[in-house]
Amino acid sequence: MADNAGTGGVAGFDPARIEEIINRGIPHCGELGIHVERIGDGTCCLRLDYQERLVGDPASGVLHGGVITTLTDSVSGMSVYMALKKFVPIATLDLRIDYLRPSTPHEPLFAEAHCFKTTRQIAFVRGLAYNNDRDDPVASCAGTFMINSSDTPPLSGRSKQGREAGQ
Amino acid sequence: MSERFSELERTVARARADGDWRPLFRAIPYLSFMGLEMIEDAADGRLVCVLPEDPKFIGNPLLPALHGGVVGALLEAAAVIELMAVQETARVPKIINLTVDYLRSAKPVRTFAQGSVTKPGRRVASVHVEAWQGDRAKPVATANAHFLLA
Repeated sequence: MADNAGTGGVAGFDPARIEEIINRGIPHCGELGIHVERIGDGTCCLRLDYQERLVGDPASGVLHGGVITTLTDSVSGMSVYMALKKFVPIATLDLRIDYLRPSTPHEPLFAEAHCFKTTRQIAFVRGLAYNNDRDDPVASCAGTFMINSSDTPPLSGRSKQGREAGQ
Repeated sequence: MSERFSELERTVARARADGDWRPLFRAIPYLSFMGLEMIEDAADGRLVCVLPEDPKFIGNPLLPALHGGVVGALLEAAAVIELMAVQETARVPKIINLTVDYLRSAKPVRTFAQGSVTKPGRRVASVHVEAWQGDRAKPVATANAHFLLA
């Protein structure tokens, strides 16, 4: 992670756990090899390296839209954790994705999200997906999340569950 | 643009003619990765897209639940297939946007999705899609998507 500045100092909130959640807590993110690029105050950026198996158009080598959906949904959820500064169960209520241009073959895909508003029950997020040039985005997204969506403990690396007990 | 159909468009044309979409799924790496299959709705013969049960699709292992992105991908795939099945040309539609409503937690089990074209325009088409698991009357997610046809 390059830049963890501005993540606040809420007791018991360890922003480094975002990386554990992505790498090990969410099996589908682990399967795709998604990595945390950086985190900040209410923000997160994830990276997915180009893979042939994720191509949606074999003629051009462009990634399938479903890959962008998965990356933006994941990064949006992580930005909610970074805004709440605690790990509570959250669930996507809705997610809108605008596909602005095809993802460039062989370049990594980044997705960043900003959770710009939280209420007691709902978090509001917007974000972007891009290749190497952030000023030429592949997709934009807007989503809302339910906070405390279940009684089940939040996503966690199984070995770390004990740490949640005091929260 | 060339008048000749691309390899993918020929695959689409064949699938529409003989109703077998498996060659198209095999031709698209991401759909193979998802293990998507098509079945015909017993009631009306329309196409239903099927996502198999696989632990690699899990987003939350503690509930457990499918990853929302996987559900979104299934909905998008079902929307494209429905559009290609009903449209006149073999051209592969380009997705403009997708709005997914997550209605209930999707269990990590076999999941179905079916699209219906709400507006078959000349340049742009709108498709509504529903995804369900055990009970069709209780969809786990719905989506609306716009596609560019020309």
